[in-house]
This record gives sequence, C-alpha cells and structure tokens, in this order.
Amino acid sequence: MIPLTWYLLLAAGLFCVGLYGVLARRNAVAILMGIELMLNAVNLNLVAFWRYITPTVIAGQVFAVIVFAVAASEAAVGLALIISIYRRRSTVVADEINMLKW
Amino acid sequence: MRPELLTWLIPLPPILAFFVIVLLTNRSNRLSHSIAIGAMLASWGMAMAVFWQAITTEHLGENPFAASLPWLPTGGGVLRFGVLIDPLSAITLFFVAWTCLAIFVYSVGYHNFGKQRDPEDRPGLPPRAGGIEPMYARFFAFISLFAFGMLTLVVSDNLLLLFIGWEIMGLCSYLLIGFWYGKDSARRAMVKAFITTRVGDVFMLLGIAYLYSATGTLNYREILFNEDVLAQLAAAPSGVLGMSTAGLIGLLLFLGTVGKSAQWPLHVWLPDAMEGPTPVSAMIHAATMVSAGVYLAVRFFPLLSAGWHEGGPLTTTMTVVAFIGAFTALFAATIAIAQKDVKRVLAYSTISQLGYMVAAVGIGAYVAAAFHLVTHAFFKALLFLGSGSVIHGMEHGVHKTHAHVDAQDMFNMGGLRKKMPITFVTFTIGGLALSGFPLVTAGFWSKDEILADAFANGHLAVFLTLALAALLTAFYTMRQITLTFLGQPRTEAAKHAHESVWTMTAPLVVLAVFAVAAGWVGIPEGFLGLRLGIPNWFHDFVGGTLLEHPPALAFNWIPLLTSVAVASLGLLIGWLVYRRQAAGAPDPLEKPLGAVYTAWKKKYGFDELYDFLFVRPLYWLAETFTYRWIDRGVIDGFLHGVAALALRFGAAFRNYFDKPVVNGFGDLVGETTKRAGRTFRSLQTGRVQQYLIVGLVFSGLLLSYILLFQP
Repeated sequence: MIPLTWYLLLAAGLFCVGLYGVLARRNAVAILMGIELMLNAVNLNLVAFWRYITPTVIAGQVFAVIVFAVAASEAAVGLALIISIYRRRSTVVADEINMLKW
Repeated sequence: MRPELLTWLIPLPPILAFFVIVLLTNRSNRLSHSIAIGAMLASWGMAMAVFWQAITTEHLGENPFAASLPWLPTGGGVLRFGVLIDPLSAITLFFVAWTCLAIFVYSVGYHNFGKQRDPEDRPGLPPRAGGIEPMYARFFAFISLFAFGMLTLVVSDNLLLLFIGWEIMGLCSYLLIGFWYGKDSARRAMVKAFITTRVGDVFMLLGIAYLYSATGTLNYREILFNEDVLAQLAAAPSGVLGMSTAGLIGLLLFLGTVGKSAQWPLHVWLPDAMEGPTPVSAMIHAATMVSAGVYLAVRFFPLLSAGWHEGGPLTTTMTVVAFIGAFTALFAATIAIAQKDVKRVLAYSTISQLGYMVAAVGIGAYVAAAFHLVTHAFFKALLFLGSGSVIHGMEHGVHKTHAHVDAQDMFNMGGLRKKMPITFVTFTIGGLALSGFPLVTAGFWSKDEILADAFANGHLAVFLTLALAALLTAFYTMRQITLTFLGQPRTEAAKHAHESVWTMTAPLVVLAVFAVAAGWVGIPEGFLGLRLGIPNWFHDFVGGTLLEHPPALAFNWIPLLTSVAVASLGLLIGWLVYRRQAAGAPDPLEKPLGAVYTAWKKKYGFDELYDFLFVRPLYWLAETFTYRWIDRGVIDGFLHGVAALALRFGAAFRNYFDKPVVNGFGDLVGETTKRAGRTFRSLQTGRVQQYLIVGLVFSGLLLSYILLFQP
C-alpha cells in the first residue's frame, strides 16, 4: 500500500503549484485556476487522512464534498466578477485591476 | 320681576356693549353706536323700573332692595358683594341713568355721525372740518365701559364694589380725556387727571382698609345703619389729632372725594380735563363721575358725622369737610369769573358747585347735599352739552370763514341766540338753574336748602361764604350767557354759526326739563309761610336713608331773601357788565380789579405751585436721581462691572486654557491620525497579489513561530 507520506507530498506539491499560479500569474482566470488547485490539494489531504487515520468516521469525506461545493460556487462567483470587470475595463490582468486603494 | 334681580342686571348691558364693540363691531360705526345706545337704553329702562318700585315702596329706608352673594373668602369669614337700592341710591340711579342716556344720544351728533370721513383727519385728533370722528366706535366703547363703572358704583352695597366702579371710572376718565391723544395738551391733561385723583384714591383705600379692620365688614347697611357699630367707632379714639376712629376713617374716605370731586387742594385736574370731547366733560366731569365723589361723602355721612347730634357743634372731621367744601365753592367761583374758555368756566363752576355739596355734608345738611347733587347733575350736564353745541356751531363758522379764531373763546362769540335758538333757550335754562334763579329752577330749591340749613344751624361763616359764592356763580353764569348768546356777533365765525343736529338738541331739551322740574320734588313744607299741604317729598324720601330721620327745617325769610337777592343781583350785574362787550375789547373787569383779576385768570397759580412743589422735584428725582445716578450710575455700573470682569476672565480662560490645552490636544490627535494615515496608505496598493504575498509571508511567520516555540 502506498504510504500516507506520498499522498501528503503530492498534496504539498499540488498546493505549491497552485500558490505559485495565484501569486505569479497575471491573468485573473489563471489566478482562479490556481485557487482551485490549492483547494484540491487540501481535498487530497482530507481524503488521505480519512483513509489512513480514521476510516470508520466519514467526516473527512464529508469535508471534501463541502470543499467541492464551495469551490464550485467560488468559481462561479469569481468568473462572474471577472466577466463583469472585463466588460467595464476590457482587461483581466490582476495588476491593472487596482481600484481598491487610497 | 323682583327689584333685586333687576338691580343686578342694571350695570350689565353697558359692559357687554363694551366688549361687543371692542371685539366685534368696531369697524361699523352705525352698529357700534346702536349697540352702545341700545345697552344704555336697556340699563335706563331697568333703572327706571327699579326707581319706580323704590319710590312706591313704603319706608324704603328700613326695607331697601338688597341682595348679595359670597365673593372673597377671608380669614374670618367671607366678603360679600351685592346690590342695594335705598332712597339715596335710587335717586342717584335716576339721574345717572337719565344723564348717561342723554349724553350717549348727544355723542352721536357731536361726533358728526352721518358725515363723510374727512381723509385729512387722523385718529387721535379732533375732526377738522366736520367729518365723522375717526375713532367713533372706540368712543362708544369707552363711554359704555364708563357707564358700567358708574352704575356698578351706584347699585353696589359695599365700599369695595364701590371702589371698583370708582377706579373703572378713573380709567375711563383717563382714556377719554386723552381721547384726542394727538394733542399734547390732552396727553398732559390725562396724566394729570389720573395722578391727581390717584392721590385721593390712596387715602380712600387706606380708609377702606381701616374701616374693614375696625368693623370686619364693608357693607353699608351693617356699618351705616347700625347704631352699635357707629357708636363704637365714634367712641374709640384713633390716636391721630384726638379724632375718633369714625372721624379718621371718614376723613380718609373724604380724601377720596376730594380727589374724585376735584375739591381744593386736588382740584387742578378738572379744568384740564376739558381737553376731552364735550360729551365726556358733561358725563364724566360734570354729571356722574365727579358726583360719585359727593355720593361717597353723602353715603358715608353717618360715619363722617358719628358723634355729632343735630344742632350740636361739628366734629373735627365735619369741620374739615365743611371748610374744604365752602372754601372750594368760593375759590373756584372766583376763578371761573376770569376764564375765557366756555368749557373752563363750566369746569370751575362744577368744582364750585361740588364744593357746595361737600360743605352741605360738612354742616350736616344731608338731604340738601343729596338734593343739590341731583339737580346739579341735570343742569350741569345740560350746560356742558349746550357748550358743546355752541362750540360745534362755532367750529362750523370757523371752518366756513377760514378764520383763525378760538372756537371755545367766549369773547369770539356773541349773538348766537338767533343762530342757535334751541341751544340758547336750553343753555339759558341751565344757566338760570345754576345761578339759582328764584322759584322756577331746580338749582334755586337745592341751593336754598343748603343755605337755609347753614343759617338755621348757626354756621354763619359757611352761610356767608356760600352766599358769596352764589353771587359769583350767578355773575359768571350771566357773563357766559351774555358773552355767548346776547349782543351782536363779535367775529365772522360767530356770524356763520348754525344750530346743531337733532341728536344734540333733543338731549338738551330733555335735560332742560329736568333742570327745571327736578327742583319741584323738594319744595320745603311751609315755604313762604304758606300751608299748601304739599309734603316735601324729596326730604321725606331721602331722609329715610338715615337711621335717624333728619327733621325738616322751619321756614326762615333771611336765607330765602339772601338766596333770591344774590341770584338776581349776580345775574343783573353780569348782564350789565357784559352786554356791550365789543369785538376785540378786553374783559371789562380786567382794569378795575387789576391784580385780583390776574390772580383769578392764573387760577391763583396753583398749577405753577404744584409744578414747583411736586412735578419738578419728581422730574428731578426721576431724571437726575433715579435715572442718572441710581440707574445709570449704580445699577448699570454694577452690571457693567460684572460684565467687564466676566469678559476679562473669559478672555484669560480662552487664551491660557482653551486654546493651548483643549484645542492643542484635539489638534494633536487629529494631526497624528492624519499623518499616520498618510504614512500607511502607501501599503494599500490595490494589487491583490501583493496582498496575498504579504498574507503568505505573515502566515508563514506565524506558522514558523508556532512550530518553533510552541510545544
């Protein structure tokens, strides 16, 4: 059986990829995708911990399902915001969307 | 209707009329005078009904119409107010109702009702060219209020209610003397009248308070018709000049009379009061209000004379009253001789005649005083209204000829008998009544009764003074009639005078009837030694007011002949001296009398004396002492000092505490916050990825801290 550590390493790697995407990409849609990656990394952790440490309690699975739901709605809201911004300012570059400042 | 109930209602209509006119109808002249006259007519009707019931009641003095209600609860009981019709108030009510009604009607014509309003006339000034009075409705409101005051005074059964009516009349007198307030002289006269009468009223109020504290009541019947109370008051010493309590109270109340009835030394206001419209002079300053003073003296005769017995020596109080009355009668008569203004002559004549009545009260001639009060009210109201008619006619002439002559100066008149026949006849009747023309006129009977009483009781000084005053009265009355009506017109204005309208002449005729007929009710029994079997109705009726009915005097030829002689002689001399008065010529008395005439003309300088003694010191007190020293100096100085101190303290507080400490702290907080904001705002770049990096760094640091230092 594959040890738990491997799953954790995979999840950490996935998280880092997502984090890099969020911090480094200029396209807002790509940033959204980075966030999705980070959420899925967390899901991986949750499921792995459930399977290896408390397989009798299904809390880990439930948690993962909730995260899916949140991720889906977040993606919907995020994409809607991006479309709205694009319509107004004709750009999806995060650096150029800097209205929220002094 | 029961007479008590009717008596309650007598003063009511005029006060209602006053309020209705003032509040509602003052824009409509016709409605206002209709309401005023209608109300007076209602009062008159009720007064006549009450009077009729009073004279048909047997022994009214013992069983007067009286009713009262509780009014003011006081410590020891309750002060009641009510109405009382005894013989004295019945006859007073009679002449008050008649004269008031006559004068109300007269006012309609006097104020030119029915004429166009002259656009040049201003409220507060008399109409210049015979236009309607600008404040027509107001005049009727005022005289209605006045009539209320007078009727209240007459029907009242106690001294306090009397005093209320008395003061309402004082107010109306003030308002009506100053009715033409645009004239400076009218303003001065109104203030003078108000303040002078106030002097008497203060003493009267003291007398009321003293009477109340001495007896515990102010009701006439309980004091004046009660032998025990009177005897007690007469016996108790007051501690002032050896007078009894009754004497002192009587004297204090009498000072009220002195003020109201313009007796010496408070007579100065009445002549100046002639500044008011003539109906006011007739009603307030001849027939009713000044009579109220004498009415008070007559009413309180039992108190004034407490301790005195018919035929005995006079008490101190009575001596004072008799002296003031007799002195005033002569004093005012001499001044009247030298006056040129037709109304001023009558004003001094009023003072003189009131002095007659007061002297009569002083010598104990109770019924004679009341009798003269009634007859005088009629003939003096008649004379004043007649003089108003004359002035009206003269003003018409003055306006027509555009001449600048005084319409009230008798020396500008003359020959008016042809122009104004009704006024002439009625004025002459009034004048003859005033002079005491024998047998026919009312004034003869009343004056004769006073003289007879003075003679019969041995008051020779009073008798001679009054006889001399009667001579002068006849003289100045004839002087007035001769100068005004007889001879030829002395000015163009007099040639163009014309008779007044019927609303003015009708009251004259009514009053003229009374000026003659009012005397017939008091013809003494056994007159001329004849036994006609006609009882002296007035004496029997009014004498019943007193507890002890005064006995009728035996007939005596000496006072009768004196009275006839002085009246005829005075009239004759007056006619002889003035019948050939030429236009522009001085008074024929001016040369032979010299300095005496000047003294009379200047009214013995009383105005100047009072001006020097009271008015100017008071002005000095008000202007220099109170205003400049006390008010401006001390009070204002103190206030300014406090204000300056507060200002200085405030300035210091502001400069050394408020500005540096409070403001400084506030500014510091504000500035610091602003600076901090300016510094830190550069962190807020608006770039979401930078925020995320910062968040990452700090969460990394937090995580490291937890992992490294927490177990």
